[in-house]
Amino acid sequence: MIWLTWRQLRVQAIPVAGAVALLLVALAITGPGIVDAAEDGARSFLTGLSADAFKVTLYYVGIAAAYVFPLVVGAFWGAPMVARELEARTHRLAWSQSVTRTRWLAVKLLGAALVTVSVAGLLSWGVTWWAGPIERAIATGEGTGPFMVSRIEPAVFGARGLVPIGYAVLALVIGVLAGLVVRRTVAAMAVTLVLVLGVQLFVGVVVRAQLVEPEKATSSITQENLVGLMVEGASGPGDPIENVSEIRVETGRTGTWELSNVTLDADDERMRSLPAWVADCGGPPPGESAQAGARAACFDRLADEGYRQQVTWHPSSAFWTLQWRETALLLVLALGLGGLCFWRIRGDAP
Amino acid sequence: MTTALRTHELGKRYGRSRHWALKDCTLELPAGRVVGLVGPNGAGKSTLLGLAAGMLVPTVGHIEVLGEGPSSGAEHQARVGYVSQDAPTYRGMSVADHLRIGSHLNPRWDDVLVRDRIDRLGIDLRRRTGSLSGGQRAQIALTVAIGKRPELLILDEPVAALDPLARREFMQDLMEAVAEQDLTVVLSSHLVSDLERACDYLVVLVDSEVRVAGDLDDLLASHRRMTGARRPSDAGPAGHHVVTASHTDRQSTFVVRTGGPAVDPSWDVTPLGLEDLVLAYLRGDASYERPRPTVEVIR
Repeated sequence: MIWLTWRQLRVQAIPVAGAVALLLVALAITGPGIVDAAEDGARSFLTGLSADAFKVTLYYVGIAAAYVFPLVVGAFWGAPMVARELEARTHRLAWSQSVTRTRWLAVKLLGAALVTVSVAGLLSWGVTWWAGPIERAIATGEGTGPFMVSRIEPAVFGARGLVPIGYAVLALVIGVLAGLVVRRTVAAMAVTLVLVLGVQLFVGVVVRAQLVEPEKATSSITQENLVGLMVEGASGPGDPIENVSEIRVETGRTGTWELSNVTLDADDERMRSLPAWVADCGGPPPGESAQAGARAACFDRLADEGYRQQVTWHPSSAFWTLQWRETALLLVLALGLGGLCFWRIRGDAP
Repeated sequence: MTTALRTHELGKRYGRSRHWALKDCTLELPAGRVVGLVGPNGAGKSTLLGLAAGMLVPTVGHIEVLGEGPSSGAEHQARVGYVSQDAPTYRGMSVADHLRIGSHLNPRWDDVLVRDRIDRLGIDLRRRTGSLSGGQRAQIALTVAIGKRPELLILDEPVAALDPLARREFMQDLMEAVAEQDLTVVLSSHLVSDLERACDYLVVLVDSEVRVAGDLDDLLASHRRMTGARRPSDAGPAGHHVVTASHTDRQSTFVVRTGGPAVDPSWDVTPLGLEDLVLAYLRGDASYERPRPTVEVIR
């Protein structure tokens, strides 16, 4: 049965593994150079790296590959596994040999899962190691050009550490289950792609932030920490401003994943918009001379009226906790769906 | 093992449809025979064979294959060989790969027998089964099924897609295999001529029900065509079970299952060939008399 599993998987597995191997080779060749450059001079390291077009491309390709890999596994390794047999009716040949359906599915699923974990593991480890010096520099606040996103932020988090392995295994099981339910290979592939993408987005956007209790801090708004504000209503210079819709304040911490940055009023209520006079805190509108006094008075008034800024964030130290918990969640889901596959394969053979 | 397949009021309904693909099926197929399952399309042959092979789950009733339920695990599956309709094979894999599948997945795989058979069939081992003809694919599927040395071989319309010559060769091959190994074969067909040569036990299935089942020689010996003057009704000769009746202006013809010799000289009695016998049951709506357990008197 192991022989048969590999015989049927190898056609889809080898091209994908080959592509990953190619990427790993590129990473292996350029990686040590990055490590050396980082050691030599941290300050100019990222600036110099931004000028290297190949390395910038490789950075983005690495992230893309880690996100695309689960989709490929689900659609090309998972979905055809059972769907192709059902479509060609070869399951009647396979299930009339001296193996039970359960054992047949178990060996196929575990075999593919093993290959998935190995390739996903190598891919993720390679990409994480390669981007390590870059991300260490970003975490200390040196981020510049294309290298601005810290590893704990959503855009990059799913392409680092253990999480790609979790997504890949879950995608595989989703593919197999879709194949069992839909029974047509191409339709199962389409369904799998949609579902895996949905899972990646849902977990990344909604679930991940909740996996660890974020840090919270409330501070007053001062000239030093105000980063920017957004106004509404002024369609041109000289027009009166209706209100201020948002204030952003710097936290002074680097390499964090900021979840929210909101203004609270004296009653601890979240302000959706602030009165127009708050715009004075942002400095004079272009074309007018600086009114230092007006600006300081604005900040004083903010403090008097009890406006404070509350920031919620995940510190960079939470990276591995989030990684473990998200991977565990994905693997538990994969286990559950896998059980569903074994339940579904009983009964009438289609 | 004297009974290869035993069913008791077996019925099958797919999903939630109202139509019963098989109903009230009670059979006892003896071991060591070649059983022909014949009936029109949609009669329930594939359903019965699928139930026997463990591919389907009964809706009502009970089925026993070689003494155990159909899906009793790997050891039981090793004793039953099954070739589904259209003889599915992995089109992308070579013939040699199929033999490897058989040897990896079956504990009692007979590689010598299988290679000898492929040799005799003249099929190149390296060819992909997708590039073979329909007849050759059917032979490959049968070879894989035979190679696992089963006690019972279930074949669903094995020769349906074959030309007459390929059909004849296939059945001959099958008969040789049956002769060489101790094998029970249950095969279905909607062509009676295929079965005539090979089978020694017959089951006729029409409209999801079994119409007649029994040893072929016994059936042929016990059925007669009786022709006589035009009778007013379908009630035929006394003492005989009427299978089918047909009338012209001056003549009535009855196919009957006889209890004993026909004594009324007004009847013209002729024996029946297999094809006529099957056709009679296909046409008639006479219900099948189930085998009743005989009570032996112990003295």
